[in-house]
Amino acid sequence: MKKSLSIATRCIAGLFMLAVPALAAAQSVPKLAVEKYTLPNGLEVILHEDRSVPMVAVNTFYKVGSADELPGRTGFAHLFEHIMFMGSQNVAVGAFDQMLEAAGAQNNGSTTEDRTDYNEEMPSNALPLALWLDADRMGFLLPTMDMQKLDLQRDVVKNERRQGVDNVPYGRAFEVVGAAMYPKDHPYSWPVIGSMADLSAATLEDVKQFFRTYYAPNNASITIAGDFNRDSTKAWVERYYGDIPRGPALPERPAPSAITMASDTFLVLEDRVQLPRLYNTWHSVKYFHEDDGTLDILAYVLAGDKNSRLYKRLVYDMQVAQDVSAFQNSGRLVGQFWVIVTPKPGQSPARMAKLVNEEVQRVINDGITARELTRAQNTVRARFLDRLAGVRNKAALLNTYNYFVGTPEYVQKDAARYDRVTAEDVKRVASSYLGKKKVVLTIVPTGKPDLMVKGGGE
Amino acid sequence: MTRDWGMARGESHCSVRSALVLCALVSLGCARRPAAEEMPTPVMQPATVPTDTPKVASLDRSKPPTLGDPPDLTLPVMSRTTLPNGLELVIVEQHELPVADFILLVQTGGEGDPARKAGVASLTAAMLQEGTTSRTSLDIADQEAYLGASIQTGSGWDATNVSLHTPTAQLDSALALFADVALRPSWTAKELARLRDERMTSLMQIRDRAPAIADRAYASILYGGDHPYGRPLTGTEASTKAIQRADLQRFYGSYFRPNNATMIIVGDVSAADITQRIGELFGKWSPGKVPNVEFREPRLPAVTTVYLIDKPGAPQSSVRIGTVGVPRSTEDYFALLVMNTVLGGSFTSRLNANLRETKGYTYGANSRFDMRRAAGPFTARAEVTGGKTDSSLFEFMKELRAIRDTVPSPELEKAKRYLQLGLPARFETTGDIASQIIPIVLYDLPTDYFNTYVRRIEDVTQADIQRVANKYVDPARMSIVIVGDRKSIEPGLKGLGVGDIVIRDLSGQPVRP
Repeated sequence: MKKSLSIATRCIAGLFMLAVPALAAAQSVPKLAVEKYTLPNGLEVILHEDRSVPMVAVNTFYKVGSADELPGRTGFAHLFEHIMFMGSQNVAVGAFDQMLEAAGAQNNGSTTEDRTDYNEEMPSNALPLALWLDADRMGFLLPTMDMQKLDLQRDVVKNERRQGVDNVPYGRAFEVVGAAMYPKDHPYSWPVIGSMADLSAATLEDVKQFFRTYYAPNNASITIAGDFNRDSTKAWVERYYGDIPRGPALPERPAPSAITMASDTFLVLEDRVQLPRLYNTWHSVKYFHEDDGTLDILAYVLAGDKNSRLYKRLVYDMQVAQDVSAFQNSGRLVGQFWVIVTPKPGQSPARMAKLVNEEVQRVINDGITARELTRAQNTVRARFLDRLAGVRNKAALLNTYNYFVGTPEYVQKDAARYDRVTAEDVKRVASSYLGKKKVVLTIVPTGKPDLMVKGGGE
Repeated sequence: MTRDWGMARGESHCSVRSALVLCALVSLGCARRPAAEEMPTPVMQPATVPTDTPKVASLDRSKPPTLGDPPDLTLPVMSRTTLPNGLELVIVEQHELPVADFILLVQTGGEGDPARKAGVASLTAAMLQEGTTSRTSLDIADQEAYLGASIQTGSGWDATNVSLHTPTAQLDSALALFADVALRPSWTAKELARLRDERMTSLMQIRDRAPAIADRAYASILYGGDHPYGRPLTGTEASTKAIQRADLQRFYGSYFRPNNATMIIVGDVSAADITQRIGELFGKWSPGKVPNVEFREPRLPAVTTVYLIDKPGAPQSSVRIGTVGVPRSTEDYFALLVMNTVLGGSFTSRLNANLRETKGYTYGANSRFDMRRAAGPFTARAEVTGGKTDSSLFEFMKELRAIRDTVPSPELEKAKRYLQLGLPARFETTGDIASQIIPIVLYDLPTDYFNTYVRRIEDVTQADIQRVANKYVDPARMSIVIVGDRKSIEPGLKGLGVGDIVIRDLSGQPVRP
């Protein structure tokens, strides 16, 4: 039985091997045609037409995130994002959402360490409404700003923190590791959501100052993707945004130097959980660094699917772990590489640590197979296609490229980063980054601090 | 930190399954949260964009721009054919990207689980990915990744599905793999043992998550253990232990029949060609007699009761309020859809506007009718800050009473426009379209369902809303489940007088002394 199964597998594998060149050619990622221009006030405008459905999306990036916050005001960039929905000079409190809903639109915003975005997606006739609303809050937020708006969204954000961090098992892991990875003044050392104390401390003057500093057309880019008429859209953009004055020169953003850790750091955190969980975190590279894509591939090889090194050994074969994940998490400044394992009941985090170390070392010593590389690359290539589905995704993607690499026309180059990776590259980055010191956090059930991992495992 | 592609409305989705979906794990904060809402499905055609080129001079910002007419809707060209063995195919060609989605929809789900074996349907679905007569579990995963394809299996209340999302460059190989997974499971004992063990651990981990505890307890209290909807789809620790391989094979053998299934196909394919290929792969699948699933009529709560579940130290309370609602076949569907949009179905709905945007008690409050083959629950819900649990419940009950009064006309109109004009967004991607076809198939909706959708929303009147609100939303007969820190929240809840307070355990069962 077993033998015949394995023969069948090999035959199928042979067929697939033959198919590879066709796969690579046929799945090439399409180019997204864009027009980019800049208004005299500094606002970057990116247009991408897609008439496949009568929808249009607007995505506005402000080049400010939690990394720009000041000590004692963590979480402010995100709190400010919430306040941006509370109305502006010509838009009453609540009217922003009501008008968009009545036009059949969805809208949202998001904040990361590096940038803040606002987006709307709607039937194509509603585009001028979104531009009018977005321009009003870009140019005229402060005239109606008051303590009530700030206090209300402060409470909402505190509940967002409770719902996403404090009332979630293992919810504090990322902020605890972040604080250990970076010196106190490093912009990535605090979480985007911020601390409760800092959220409480934010003042109305902070809101005004932040707006005047960062929310200006010369610190923003707006992408419009979907079904629109280019001439009338350009005229609307000029009409609503053209006379918003340029803001003052932006403060210089810190460029912290690379961090090297002289030794491993071991941390423990008690939480109301049934099972412990082990977090290994290494310093890696920033978004779009030449090794960034290779680290994505390494993450896939370690934990991306059932045949990946860690999943197959720990979860599938030995069945000592409930789940495992690995990912390269990279931002504008730096990045980290994470491996996270939850042991099965009765299994120790120390054993997980030992197994993770063995598997990482195996990649460092022996590299990966061609099949492992191809699985990862083909999966990545397929996901690129999915990222191009829908105008809202495309608007966000174009703005992301524009911000991080300086041009929206980058999707094919982004995809090519992964196609270029060789097995030798994967081995090299494993050694360069995962061969270095790391932060090891064990989250343990309350009262069981002895489960903490304190060394190489077991 | 920065790659928040694929963000749904207001939720930062972090996939633990996959390494490459970089998900702003640490970092994403969102302003919104999604308002759960069932949305049906037309496909639109590109429309002419209004070209009232504006004048730049003398801009008056005080008035919003006048919008042109919304783009016209045209229905998807949905071709339906049936293979000789009874398998129905519903095909929509969509050629924007070289990808395709296939959903094999088997029209029986967790409703078909035997009473003491909740979780059979979902475990059956999971086992399909764990080996076929010619491929091991690892082979399947290897080939999926190699092809850049994704095969998923799962089970809801009304259906069990096997789905394939694939680049069309490798369509033949992907379809062969997909058909093998769907039609030739091997039921390998060691894979079942592994899945069962994983599931036991997952069930244990539910104790960590108050929202999950609340959802399970709420269903159990509302329907009781002798109704399928009262039992969790993924089972309990006891039912998971009881399930044998023969139970999965029996479920599969009874319900996985072409005459109980529909294949939904959307993407860069030609209808004629794909019909032939599916015929070759699924044509020999043999039909069978499919047993009926019987539902006991659920009892509605006689009075409003607060079921309190202690989660010591929880900084938030998980609140679930509701009753048994309606089946999808209800003639009040459109009136309920509009009524619920006003109550808790969108960001500006009353519940969210009150509890979040006025009071700041929560990151989001919403309500929905889960309409299934039989009457699913109506539920209003939120995660509220622990110290405001009683105040939140007070506001919830106030809104549930108020929705029974006449809804002012502008509010009604806003909800109707939101539903009508929000349709195109449901049809953007191949996956969107496929998922919108599901209710048509599952609930036997008329083929012209979407032709009449906009008009039927338009026809809903203030009187309709008031009638359905009074018929289905009765604050005097609700089950309320609250999971939170009992010590700090119970005194306030007692003071409210909303209903008797009954203490329950983590699964919603009476606490044994």
